[in-house]
Amino acid sequence: MSGIIRVLLLGVFGIIGGVLGGMGMGGGTLLIPLLTIFLSVNQKLAQSINLLAFLPMSIIALIIHAKNKKIDLKNSLYMIIPAFLFSILGGYLASVIKSKLLRKFFGYFLIALAFLNVIFTIKSNKKGKKKN
Amino acid sequence: MQSNKSTSLMVKEKFLTVIFGTIIGFINGIFGGGGGMVVVPVLHYLLKKPLKVSHATAILIILPISLASAIVYLINGYFDFSTFLPTGIGVIIGGILGAVLLSKFKNDWLAYLFSGVMLIAGIYAGFF
Repeated sequence: MSGIIRVLLLGVFGIIGGVLGGMGMGGGTLLIPLLTIFLSVNQKLAQSINLLAFLPMSIIALIIHAKNKKIDLKNSLYMIIPAFLFSILGGYLASVIKSKLLRKFFGYFLIALAFLNVIFTIKSNKKGKKKN
Repeated sequence: MQSNKSTSLMVKEKFLTVIFGTIIGFINGIFGGGGGMVVVPVLHYLLKKPLKVSHATAILIILPISLASAIVYLINGYFDFSTFLPTGIGVIIGGILGAVLLSKFKNDWLAYLFSGVMLIAGIYAGFF
């Protein structure tokens, strides 16, 4: 694949992931497989790029959400503190596991997320209809 | 519904929130993402936040967590500037678009489409 096409595809995949990420739908879960499947990016590198690419994007998205008064951190410290600590452990484990095995586990994780996402969307829909 | 009732958490809910936090952090670290998708239902069902608030707040929660694991990845040498730059620029453009869209549109069809693509990508990555 020529360099320019690769750069363009990286940008397009980034936009797709970014739109979902900005909506709080977990864009990285799509960006990572797009990078590994279509551009043969190494699994761990794709994960690292996703984590880093998300940082500036999420700051901008947060400013927009804050302006729309959509942020409410009440009670979430119970989640943030253990999550912060265990994300370091997870990151370390990712560096130890073989890329091929990590990619397999990531695949299983995606399948689980797909079902979780459908169930959550259907459930929150029903709830919304009742309220309206 | 945007009511911000000042509800204090029961012990059971606190405990569950900590458990989910542990899982979310571990997942986001080992898979380099995806934690936000688990944060949203936890915020919505366990902490009783409205749906759009849950989506938006999930980004703020996952930010320090992603930063922590990103540093671990960097320390271990997983970085490539020529791959990162175009992707990062794309993500910023898409992120602004997504944040604006979230406050304007109902996004169910997108959620289903997204789930379908995730399922296919998951089967591909997991079994081939």
